[in-house]
Amino acid sequence: MNLRVNIREPYFTKVFKPAVFVLALLPLALLGWGVWQDTLGANPIETITRSLGEWGLRFLLLTLLISTLRRATGWGQGVRMRRMLGLFAFFYGTLHLLSYLWLDQFFDWAEIWHDIVKRPFITMGMLAFVLMMPLALTSFKAAIRKLGRQWQRLHTLIYPLTMLVVLHFWWLADSKARTVMPLVYIVLLALLLGERLFHWLRSLNKTPASRRSRSLPAGYAASRVIAQRRP
Amino acid sequence: MLIKRSDDLTDNDVTDYALYQRRRDFLKTLGGIALLGASGLPLMAQAKSAFSTDEEQTPFEDITTYNNFYEFGTDKGDPARYASSLKTTPWSVTVDGECEKPGKLNLEDLLKPHSTEERIYRLRCVEGWSMVIPWQGFPLADLLKRFNPTANAKYVRFETLVDPDQLPGQKRSVLDWPYTEGLRMDEAMHPLSFMATGLYGKDLLNQNGAPLRLVVPWKYGFKSIKSIVRISFVAEQPDTSWGRSAPEEYGFYSNVNPDVDHPRWSQRKERRIGEFRKRETLPFNGYAEQVASLYSGMDLRKNF
Repeated sequence: MNLRVNIREPYFTKVFKPAVFVLALLPLALLGWGVWQDTLGANPIETITRSLGEWGLRFLLLTLLISTLRRATGWGQGVRMRRMLGLFAFFYGTLHLLSYLWLDQFFDWAEIWHDIVKRPFITMGMLAFVLMMPLALTSFKAAIRKLGRQWQRLHTLIYPLTMLVVLHFWWLADSKARTVMPLVYIVLLALLLGERLFHWLRSLNKTPASRRSRSLPAGYAASRVIAQRRP
Repeated sequence: MLIKRSDDLTDNDVTDYALYQRRRDFLKTLGGIALLGASGLPLMAQAKSAFSTDEEQTPFEDITTYNNFYEFGTDKGDPARYASSLKTTPWSVTVDGECEKPGKLNLEDLLKPHSTEERIYRLRCVEGWSMVIPWQGFPLADLLKRFNPTANAKYVRFETLVDPDQLPGQKRSVLDWPYTEGLRMDEAMHPLSFMATGLYGKDLLNQNGAPLRLVVPWKYGFKSIKSIVRISFVAEQPDTSWGRSAPEEYGFYSNVNPDVDHPRWSQRKERRIGEFRKRETLPFNGYAEQVASLYSGMDLRKNF
C-alpha cells in the first residue's frame, strides 16, 4: 500500500517536525502545571513518577511504530523523526528514573538497592534503563557514521528493552489488582513485533539471499541515509 | 481550734488518677478555648481522646479521594468515583457465633447505646503510604461486650457486604468476596480498636467504608475492614481475604513492622500523604507502648 502521504518540503522540516517536538514536551508541561495548580491528587509524587514512566513507554512504542507505518502506508518521512522520538523515550525514561531516585527514595541508596534486588519490576525497569543508555549515547551523527553496521546491531536493543519496560509496568501491580493499561501496552508491542516478524518471513520468500540481511526490520540505518535514498 | 474532719468523704471522692493525670490537658483546653475564642472559630464540642495523636491531619479531600476499596475497583480513584452506587440505608449487621446474645440488628439499634468520640489515628497502608485521620466512633470492645461473648470466643471475624450491583468491583474476582478480616479477642477488646461511623465530624462517605467500619491503627490498613455486615465470634483463627489471596504476603496479624519486609518491598519507610520526604515507619505504627504487650513472647517475623 502506498498512500503517497508525504508532507512537502520545507513544511516537513520547518513545521511538522518542530510541531511534533513541541507536542512531545506537552506531557511534561501538563505535569508541571499540575504541580503548580495542585491537581495531581493526594499522592502527586506517585502520579508524576507513573506518568513520566508511561510516557517513556509510549514514546518507545511510537519509535517502533515508524517503520511499521512506512511499510503499511508508504509514509517514509517518519523515519526522519525516529531519532527524536527515541530520544524523547529516553528523556521521559530518565525523568521517570530521577523522580523515583529523588522524589520517591530521596537518594537513599541502601533502600534503592534493596528495592532493585527485592522487587522484580524495579529490576526490570533498571535493566531497561541501562540498555537504553548506549542507544541514547550513540544517537549523534558521528557515532552513527563511526559505528556503521555495528550501530544497527546495537540499536536492535530497543526490542528487548521495550519488552522489559512493558513487563516492568505489568509487574508493578499485584497480580489480582491489575488494571487494563499494562495489558494494552503488551498487546500493542506484540502487534508491532508481530508485524516485523510477518514482514521478515515474507521477505525471506521474495528476496534473493544476498539481500536478506538488509530486509531485516531491525535498526534501519540513520534516518538521513534512508531519507536520501528515497526518491 | 479543732478542725473537724468530714467523715462523709470516701476514696471515691478523690480525683480519679487518670483524670488527675490529665489536669494539664484541662489547662491546655482552656488555653485552646481562649485562643479559639480570640480567633472567632467555632468550638469543637468533643473532648480529645488520650489515644489521639496531635500530628497534622491529612486533608479531607485526600482521605476521601485516595482509597483502597477493591469493591469499587482497584484504582485509588475508583472508590470516590463509583461509591454512590452503595446504599447504606437501610443497613443491618448480623452478630453471631460464640456469644450469648446473637442477633441481626439494624444500624440504628446497633449504634444507639454508644456515644461517639473522636480518635485521631495514624493509618499506615501496606503499600507504603500513611495518613492521619480524625475518626468519629466508639470502642469496638463496647460493642462486642453487648453480645456477651462466651469463653469459646477466641477470635472475631468481620465481613463486608457482598452485592455486585452496589459494589461493582465485586463483578471481578479480584479478591475472594466477601472481604473478610479478623482479630484475636484481646486485640479486638483493646481500647485502641475502634468502630468508626464518621470522619472530620461528618458521616463516613461510602468510599471510606460507610456506614460502619473497623479501625485498628497499629495494623496495616487492609485489616480495618469497611462497610461491615457481619461480626462473628469464633473459636479458631479466621481466614482473611488477603490471606487467602497471598498467604506468604499478608499474615493474619499484619502489625505495622518496619523490620519485616513485605516479600516484594521494604516496609522501612512510608510517605505521609501531603509530605515531600518519606518518613521512617514505626513499630506498631507508633502504638507500640499500648499494644506491644499483646504479642510478648511471639516471633513477629513468623507471625507477620
